[in-house]
Amino acid sequence: MRFLRQTFVICQKDLRAELRSKEALNASLAFSVVILLLFSFAFDPTAEQTREISGGLLWLVFAFAGALILNRSFARELANDCLDALVASPVPGSALFLGKAIANFVLLLAIEFICLPVFGVFYNVRWTTHLGALTLILVLGTWGLTVIGTMFSALTVNLRLRELMLPVLCYPIMIPCLLPAIQLSTVVIAGQPLGPDMMEGLRLLVGFDVIFTVLALALVETVLIG
Amino acid sequence: MIALAGASALIIVWVLYTIFLHVPDEKDQGAIFRIIYFHVPSAMTAAACALAAFIASLLYLWRRDLRYDAVAVSVTEGALLFGAVVLVTGMIWARIIWGIWWTWDARLTSTLVSWLMYAGYLMLRRAVEEPTERARNSAVLSIFIFPGVYITWKSIEWWRTQHPGPVLSIRSGGGMAPGMESPIYINLLALLCLAAVLAMLRYNQEKRRRELDSLRRTVHAI
Repeated sequence: MRFLRQTFVICQKDLRAELRSKEALNASLAFSVVILLLFSFAFDPTAEQTREISGGLLWLVFAFAGALILNRSFARELANDCLDALVASPVPGSALFLGKAIANFVLLLAIEFICLPVFGVFYNVRWTTHLGALTLILVLGTWGLTVIGTMFSALTVNLRLRELMLPVLCYPIMIPCLLPAIQLSTVVIAGQPLGPDMMEGLRLLVGFDVIFTVLALALVETVLIG
Repeated sequence: MIALAGASALIIVWVLYTIFLHVPDEKDQGAIFRIIYFHVPSAMTAAACALAAFIASLLYLWRRDLRYDAVAVSVTEGALLFGAVVLVTGMIWARIIWGIWWTWDARLTSTLVSWLMYAGYLMLRRAVEEPTERARNSAVLSIFIFPGVYITWKSIEWWRTQHPGPVLSIRSGGGMAPGMESPIYINLLALLCLAAVLAMLRYNQEKRRRELDSLRRTVHAI
């Protein structure tokens, strides 16, 4: 109970700080729209072709947008030694991590749901046919991205090349999560329901989320406190 | 260590002699199949190095002894070296058998991804100055990388891949003739010895570096 309240307080603090300053949110939103625009020049955005690569396109945008948000997650606490204060507070490292991960998750999911209509308009794709299934995939995939990203944000917060090291370390580890998310999203956006042959991908997503959430919760204390 | 290196060299010479002069060509693949005698043992050695890195990282986080960190970085470099051997020999084989250097199937992709993650591990080490922070963060990263190695190992069972499925009798229950298969295990022994020798050399280097660091710090203090 206490743990949940602490997690909630951290999450609330992060979301409030972000919604007041909007620095990461605006940057990553603008960035995602620009990337969506650029992708339209990379190939001919006719309806048929776009449907085949829609999942990959979307998740690349989400991964890029996520890196911007996740970079800020712990780096924001560096000013005025806020990170030291947080570590010294009675909140355990795992609650600190979980609160921040949930805040990042909410922000990234919000960006995704803003990007989707933009994507639908630009590329003439009807993405709302299986909204429930798509939401499930987005939630599972985004949680995988945020868990890894938040953990590595904590890991790289003191580095000189923080902005560079985070994506270099994150993206390869995210691949087992991105891969099924891309495949499933492509199928769902093309208008097919989630069939039994899609269960393997869902299992991989859930397995990834569970394994890395547990690993991160177990190890974050060592990273933050030492 | 010299004995180990000598043993490794002798076995490798024996394996080369055996596979080129005694083992016949494979029925479908011809002469190129001999690359398996280095490809598969290198893959196993790389996996063993990755496992050792995982265990050393866990031990470091548990005991907080910088010697385990030195072990972890030594064997990780071994994993990168033998991983590179696997990738290159695999590509040569693929060029002859499949007609292409590379294909994005599950085994090849996961091997490359794991290799890149370990390269990222070395990059992270470069970026952190303070020794205990470097040891701690890289140990955590190494633990995060290891599930990827497990996925790589299992990928030929989990997905239908272009990469051949398990051919060794210990995993598939028969496949190669015993006379053709045994050099693989013997070469595995040689490569494991070689990896151990390289890791020991690197470990000694790390030890010297730590001594130098502490001396330098003492001089600074004076």
